[in-house]
Amino acid sequence: MRLSTCIRRFQAAGSAALLAALALIATGNGSRAQDRELKIGIIGPFSGTAAGAAQQVLDGLLLGVDAADGKVGGLKTTVIREDDQLKPDVGLQAANKLIERDKVDVIVGPHYSHVMNAAYRTMVDSKIIVLSAVAGPSLIAGKQCSPYFFATSFQNDEAFEVLGLYLNEKGYKRAYLMAPNYPAGKDNMTGFKRTFKGGIAGEVYTGLSQLDFAAEIAQIKSANPDVVTIFYPSTFGINFHKQYGQSGLLKELPLYSAFSLEEIALPAIGDVAVGTYQAATWNFDNPGEVNKKFVADFTKKYNYRPTFISAYAYDAAQLLHAALLEVKGNLADKPALIAAIEKASFTSVRDKFKFNTNHFPIQDYILLEVVKTDEGKLIQVTRGTMQRDYSNVYVNDCKMPKP
Amino acid sequence: MSLSLIVVQLLNGVQLGLMLFLMASGLTLVLGMMSFINLAHGSFYMIGAFIASSLLAWTGNFMLSLLVAVAGAGIVGLLLEIGMLRKVYQQSHLQHVLITFGLILVFNELARLIWGPFPVPLPVPALLAGSVEILPGITYPTFRLAILLVGLAVAAALYVVITHTRSGMWVRAGASDRAMAGAIGVNIELMFSLLFGMGSALAGLAGVMAGPILTVQVGIGEPILILSLVVTVIGGIGSIRGAFLAALLVGVIDTFGRILFPPAIGSMMIFLLMAVILACRPQGLFPARA
Repeated sequence: MRLSTCIRRFQAAGSAALLAALALIATGNGSRAQDRELKIGIIGPFSGTAAGAAQQVLDGLLLGVDAADGKVGGLKTTVIREDDQLKPDVGLQAANKLIERDKVDVIVGPHYSHVMNAAYRTMVDSKIIVLSAVAGPSLIAGKQCSPYFFATSFQNDEAFEVLGLYLNEKGYKRAYLMAPNYPAGKDNMTGFKRTFKGGIAGEVYTGLSQLDFAAEIAQIKSANPDVVTIFYPSTFGINFHKQYGQSGLLKELPLYSAFSLEEIALPAIGDVAVGTYQAATWNFDNPGEVNKKFVADFTKKYNYRPTFISAYAYDAAQLLHAALLEVKGNLADKPALIAAIEKASFTSVRDKFKFNTNHFPIQDYILLEVVKTDEGKLIQVTRGTMQRDYSNVYVNDCKMPKP
Repeated sequence: MSLSLIVVQLLNGVQLGLMLFLMASGLTLVLGMMSFINLAHGSFYMIGAFIASSLLAWTGNFMLSLLVAVAGAGIVGLLLEIGMLRKVYQQSHLQHVLITFGLILVFNELARLIWGPFPVPLPVPALLAGSVEILPGITYPTFRLAILLVGLAVAAALYVVITHTRSGMWVRAGASDRAMAGAIGVNIELMFSLLFGMGSALAGLAGVMAGPILTVQVGIGEPILILSLVVTVIGGIGSIRGAFLAALLVGVIDTFGRILFPPAIGSMMIFLLMAVILACRPQGLFPARA
């Protein structure tokens, strides 16, 4: 036969097959209510430089689902992961796909604040329960709060407010601040400046694509600070600590940060991290029974010790589990489910956990220090509690609407 | 800014520039000679760093790990060229971009399968840890000085080979006019395979040198690739001399831009520079083709 006829037949067959496939997909996704299944979507930067963080949150969430025997709230649970590539527009697309095509009931993430900000409106307007295991932007804690959003992590400003109060107590007078140039970076430094009574020797924000801070670190000494406070999550934190240590500044200028160092990153940073401090709300050595079980199960399943974001994700799963059990698995009655989640009647890996009126946690903040054990392993140990039952300033800006 | 600060930042800028030169030299010759856009060049940077990390964990010898990693990156490049890329030269630039972009994704996924999604350690060798006092009162990390010296050594070696040897002459001939060079008897195909392998090896070297100061994990090739492309465009396609000078220019401007200007503008500086050069002198500073 002629080539053009041949091609046309293939095209016709192809279009028919495509239509059939689309029809199948469309009908397949319609029956959500009858199956009594729970679909959790998770949006994170699974590709690119923050992939490790996305993996840690996923691992924590999956362990939490396992702890409920795969049936969170008594419902058969599926976790669907979407990559946001650390980009707001991709994150928004991922949220749309999870909501429209996969028909998820709950979304965990996006993890980075600028991506969360982009996807937030779409998610809460679609009445999807959003559990943030990492991001805690100030707008969502305040003016734009929504009943559908819950953070099991923290509000970005808090840890640095706590650090500011702590450094006041220690008598530091001139702080040098550095963070990446995105909402969480800005929120964190704003929080610090709110409570720190000393002077600010310098405040530098670096681009999100920048991984070599040699030039900025060289500037620090000439500004004459007595302490350096930074916020650099995941990969940025590893690079910064490495380079700061290599510059030799650590001997004269102590380094304080929050959410910028995880135990899993310590081997990559090396001995130069010893003696740096972190503010945190969870550490592996928290004494509670739930935490001990969590750390043991996690290490056994994944071969690495959990980080704080894995802990928050685990808490998110446990929180959902307890709340769903209370409403007897009824996903359709959102206001009842929200009320159940607000109660937070589960035992967190942090032991104490309750929500404030803006759906952000009220929790204790502890100080961690990096030490080298006798076996030569680098770990973070808890040195003490800095603040108890701490909450954020934005709770007053939040006029929580009814769901 | 004090003198000591200016000196330190200048060193930082030159060090960044030399790192970019290691990347851009391979890229510019490949683009100049075979008109082949290789976006997967950044992946060799990543591969070099990963191999060095694994080998270092295995043997504990930095020098050995470096040599094996550089050779490894070069071999991967060579195999890639012979096995796949030489079949697609005659296709359009868009095809090159699509194919090599696909390669980036494949390499990233392979790296993630082999080494995992978390960063792997590549520590500074004990001999080069710490700082030296280069001028009274001014200290600079020893390892960064080592990067500077390695970069300069490679640049010098490339200069000598390209301008003072017969093979270098063939490379220049091929970069300037491929058809003519082929016509007068230069074995263009063989030369290109070797060139591609060498470019990949140099990218691997850049990865190993950068590993101790930056992280080694999946996806580290892409940011440096973008900067290398900027350098290649500014320097002039096909020209080592152009790549060298453009790399230094980009390194210094990027470094000083970041500390003198607010963050949004500082990180834009080199792209502004590229835009200006493209507008006024689109062939680049030192193009190979007359």
